[in-house]
Amino acid sequence: MKKKTTVITLVALLLMILPLGKKSFAQTLKGRVRIDGSSTVFPITEAVAEEFGKKHPRVRVTVGVSGTGGGFKKFIAGETDINDASRPIKSIEVKKAEENNIDYIELPIAFDGISVVVNPKNTWVDYLTVAELKKVWEPGSPVKTWKDIRAEWPDQKIRLYGPGTDSGTFDYFTEVINGKSHASRSDFTKSEDDNVLVQGVSGDRASLGYFGFAYYSENKDKLKLVPIKHKKMPVSPSFKTINDGSYTPLSRPIFIYVSKKSVKRPEVSRFVTFYLENAGVLSKDVGYVPLQKSQYDEGLQKLKRTSK
Amino acid sequence: MRQSWRKQRETLFLWICRGVTFLAIFILGILLFHILKEGANWLSFEFLTRFPSRFPAKAGIKSALFGSVWIISMTAMISIPLGVATAFYLEEYAPKRRLFRFLQVNISNLAGMPSIVYGLLGLAIFVRFFNLDRSLWAGSLTLGLLILPVIIISSQESIRAVPDSIRDAAFALGARPWQVILGQLLPAALPGIMTGIILALSRAIGETAPLIMVGALSYVAFVPEAPGDPFTVLPLQIFNWAGRPQVDFHGIAAAGIIVLLIVLFMMNFIAVMIRQRFQRYKM
Repeated sequence: MKKKTTVITLVALLLMILPLGKKSFAQTLKGRVRIDGSSTVFPITEAVAEEFGKKHPRVRVTVGVSGTGGGFKKFIAGETDINDASRPIKSIEVKKAEENNIDYIELPIAFDGISVVVNPKNTWVDYLTVAELKKVWEPGSPVKTWKDIRAEWPDQKIRLYGPGTDSGTFDYFTEVINGKSHASRSDFTKSEDDNVLVQGVSGDRASLGYFGFAYYSENKDKLKLVPIKHKKMPVSPSFKTINDGSYTPLSRPIFIYVSKKSVKRPEVSRFVTFYLENAGVLSKDVGYVPLQKSQYDEGLQKLKRTSK
Repeated sequence: MRQSWRKQRETLFLWICRGVTFLAIFILGILLFHILKEGANWLSFEFLTRFPSRFPAKAGIKSALFGSVWIISMTAMISIPLGVATAFYLEEYAPKRRLFRFLQVNISNLAGMPSIVYGLLGLAIFVRFFNLDRSLWAGSLTLGLLILPVIIISSQESIRAVPDSIRDAAFALGARPWQVILGQLLPAALPGIMTGIILALSRAIGETAPLIMVGALSYVAFVPEAPGDPFTVLPLQIFNWAGRPQVDFHGIAAAGIIVLLIVLFMMNFIAVMIRQRFQRYKM
């Protein structure tokens, strides 16, 4: 009796799995495109790989997420064709790439804006200047209450939320605000998961936090955006202000790095061309801000020169 | 008076035990409820047959599901024979001297090692040195190493629990050690060994950190067809979705968790069936 049930279960399991194994039909372009790198760039690359896969089902595109630095290690070792990067390549990495004879091209593909946010119940913050942000976040900052930032603000405790030290957003924010990458006060709530930061800021009246723009635009009702004053007028991040470059200094381009050796393979050059042609639409789909069209054309020119 | 205090203490102890048990089940219940509530709407047959997508409504978990099944089967094939054979050697053959104690301490230590360390080891040895690239081989060999100590220790425990009378009786009838092991000890110890294997494989299927190190991917739009193919696994796909800004992705992350739980449940179910079948050998 028991034996019978076992057999029936096994057959049922097999039947469940079998129909999932259908194969796609043959197409002309074949091969592999190996991509790794930043989790910030991942959603865009995933979108491109998805669309590319519809056109060329025989090309196996794989995307990993080992972080910008981890991805560069593999890229420099020649283990990947393309690296997703949320920051430009560092000089140490350039040197190692030269040692390994890995030549590459750098292609910007979208903007990522860092948004500074407070709780919606916070009525007093109208904008923050870059100097004020620095005062709050610099190492050893004495700021404990809102009054410490600007004298007319209430004498209320301030609680800070920000990305963890492995994040590219943290790298960039500390570099442009505090003047040195990784220089930051450390007594704030950290998380590598920006959703946790959204939760934190939206549930805490005394909060001030910063994270990627996409996480703000998906949670507009739970957060209040803080305009940033750099030169003249305070500017809020939006698709428009990030795209035309008026939201400074907290917006940055994100990149893909393509190995010149790999570009010689038709599936890779086809994929990168497809990437640049469609990144404008696809980056917007997943919550990022596209570059100007001319910047994509520049990338395509660069690619063409390399392929020759 | 004294008697009743003794009784009261007994009742108190019983209620503390009950309370703790129910608290644990209650918390598990809340977690499951939350996951089911969030993920049930996203769960469908198409969810199992589609590849990842940037649109939550079109996203599926096929490549991760197949990747996990591949990884876990290969891990099992690598670690079970090695682990059980090692346990038999240590218990039945190895002289209980200094070397034995040295091995034993090391195996116990390895069982407590953080999994990321195995990931680094796997990257250095399997991916780079043996040049296995970022394949199912590299992933399952790494996970195989990771759960090997757990399998060895639990198998040893259950081999030790087989009464000596069985060994003595078999030897008295003139059986060779290998006949005693295969004919008597293995069937008798199998239920215990199976329990250890279930626990170890359940750990392996939920691991992410070591697999990221050896190069498990996040976007794979094809099903692995051979042990040399690249792959992704369920926990990695879930992790990726849970970190997205769009709320809908959190829903499909929950649906992914449900799939992972079902896979885990089926694995345990099959293992329990096998265990039950061999239970009759128990004296």
